[in-house]
Amino acid sequence: MEFLQLLVSGLANGCVYGLVALGFVLIYKATEAVNFAQGDFMMLGAFVMLGLVNPQYMGINFWLAVPLALLIMGALGYLLDITVLRHMFGQSQTAIVILTIALGFVIRFIAGVIWGHEPVNLHSPLALGDMRAFGVVLSLADIAVIVVTVILTMLLWQFFQRTKLGLAMQASSQNQMAAYYMGIPVKRVQGAIWALAAIVACVAGILYASKGSLDISAGFIGIKAFAAAVIGGFGSLPGALMGGLIVGVIEPFASRYLPPGYSQIAPYVLLILVLIFRPHGLFAQVRTKKV
Amino acid sequence: MRFHFKTTYDQDIRLFPDWWTFGLYAALLAVMLILPWLIDGFFLGEVTNVLIWAVAGLGLMLLTGQTGQVSLGHSAFMALGCYLCVILMEAGVPFVAAFVLCGILTGVLGAIIALPALRLHGVYLAIATLALAILADDLIVILTPWTGGVAGKFTPEMTILGFEINRWANPASWYYLVLIVAVLVALIYRNLLRSPLGRAFAAIRDSEISAQAMGVDVAHTKAVAFGLSCAFTGLGGALMGLYAGAFNNETFNFLLAIQLLMMIVIGGLGFIHGAFLGAIVIAFLPQALSILSDQFGRAMSIPGLEMGVFGMILIAFIILEPMGLYGRWMKIRIWLELFPFARRDMFRRQKSYLKTERLR
Repeated sequence: MEFLQLLVSGLANGCVYGLVALGFVLIYKATEAVNFAQGDFMMLGAFVMLGLVNPQYMGINFWLAVPLALLIMGALGYLLDITVLRHMFGQSQTAIVILTIALGFVIRFIAGVIWGHEPVNLHSPLALGDMRAFGVVLSLADIAVIVVTVILTMLLWQFFQRTKLGLAMQASSQNQMAAYYMGIPVKRVQGAIWALAAIVACVAGILYASKGSLDISAGFIGIKAFAAAVIGGFGSLPGALMGGLIVGVIEPFASRYLPPGYSQIAPYVLLILVLIFRPHGLFAQVRTKKV
Repeated sequence: MRFHFKTTYDQDIRLFPDWWTFGLYAALLAVMLILPWLIDGFFLGEVTNVLIWAVAGLGLMLLTGQTGQVSLGHSAFMALGCYLCVILMEAGVPFVAAFVLCGILTGVLGAIIALPALRLHGVYLAIATLALAILADDLIVILTPWTGGVAGKFTPEMTILGFEINRWANPASWYYLVLIVAVLVALIYRNLLRSPLGRAFAAIRDSEISAQAMGVDVAHTKAVAFGLSCAFTGLGGALMGLYAGAFNNETFNFLLAIQLLMMIVIGGLGFIHGAFLGAIVIAFLPQALSILSDQFGRAMSIPGLEMGVFGMILIAFIILEPMGLYGRWMKIRIWLELFPFARRDMFRRQKSYLKTERLR
């Protein structure tokens, strides 16, 4: 029973990691850049939601606030692309890595100024109530997290495989100049992907905040999401979810069965091992580079 | 305006291109040498701090600026250098020997760690090293018997040939120690760049494939670059820990590595001067902010302000001046030297299109 309980809570945590990792993968798939601020996007999304819902701020109904928060975050993502990231168009990955790290610091600073540094709770209907099945206690939030994550991953996956915009995104990541020749408005497509990634981050943020308290350093779970994305191969959406689940499940088991002090390093050790032995993840997409 | 008429190939790799440049650096060194008589103890401490950051920054500069590999994990190597140095000193090794040895050991360990990590490139290396930096914190706690864990360690008594180096009793002694280390590291760095190895670094930065075609052993050169970089950063870390007086697992957390990276980007990637300019920014920014917050009252004293402002400065630099402070200075200098013939488009960034590294 204990095993099942650990598994379920691990899966729910893993889904949040998976969602943040999805954001990494989306941006990586479409712009070949890695957004080191994705965790902070998630934190910001959660706080935007909190600002809309909690009574001391705006006090809007939760279900009404969800689309509103997604919209705000999407607009923010697009604006960020126009104002900051578009200047980096065609520049190396390295520059964008450093830029997004700086962006994360700025986002954390702004969120700290607006919402303070104390941990707060989102007034979420998901946070109330739990279910018992097969001797396992499941909170409503955990179930919501798992369901939403699976649906979202499937949707995004289909979006990349089937729709014209999804294909345009893949094309513009593979070769920007060739994509231009094919008539794809590469810059606008990249704006769209940043908006989409911000929306996914917002979903992750809302679910994360429903599971427990929230503070401005919540964005640091982005580092665990890196582990998830790398395990999944960084270019694969289902891979990112799988990676998230693996990291999420390992954590509670490590803290249960390993001596204290060793348990919290388990995800990072796994990350380094994967990078050493399967550098491009379990769902590799990279082959040798040709000139 | 000075012209360089080149008559031998040696002129391209000379330590100083002409007597004028040599004179300038000699004058700078002379000013640095008499600095303890010019400014009071507080500012001397700040300058010491700047030089310590610069030494650590030069290490990362060698890897990121010269070889083009991003590392977000150099705080781990700063910690390694610092703990090794103190552990050696506590074992009875004299300070100078312990200091040199900790640099060498950190470099060797760094190169060993780098061997698997350097099969990765670009973003993957950044992530792997970030994981390393986070692991370092926990590893220090796990290795409590050697490292002192959460309780930390204190700086042992430091003597060089019987002369005591003490931050509080004699700030100038610390200043001279750090100045000597900084000058030596900068000289080693400069000489590296003039050697075939340094040119191999630059070749790898500019294009790994072309470097390989020119006969550079990419894996080997990267490992050497990583090792040297770790050695310098380890020395910087040792100085930082010893100067602080006490340190524990949180002194060298991963934010320090990110700060170090931000510092060299602001200073100017790929320039020795960049490491020093960046160090000036990072050391004096908190002071500048605290002066500002005194001016504007409590409204300015917000927690996290420092990192926020730092992030904004960095974003502005990456977008507007990717070559950093030193790059800006070079542009101004060239504009002045060529006056009135400088053209606006001289430094225009080349338009480039990105191609994927996957699915080739």
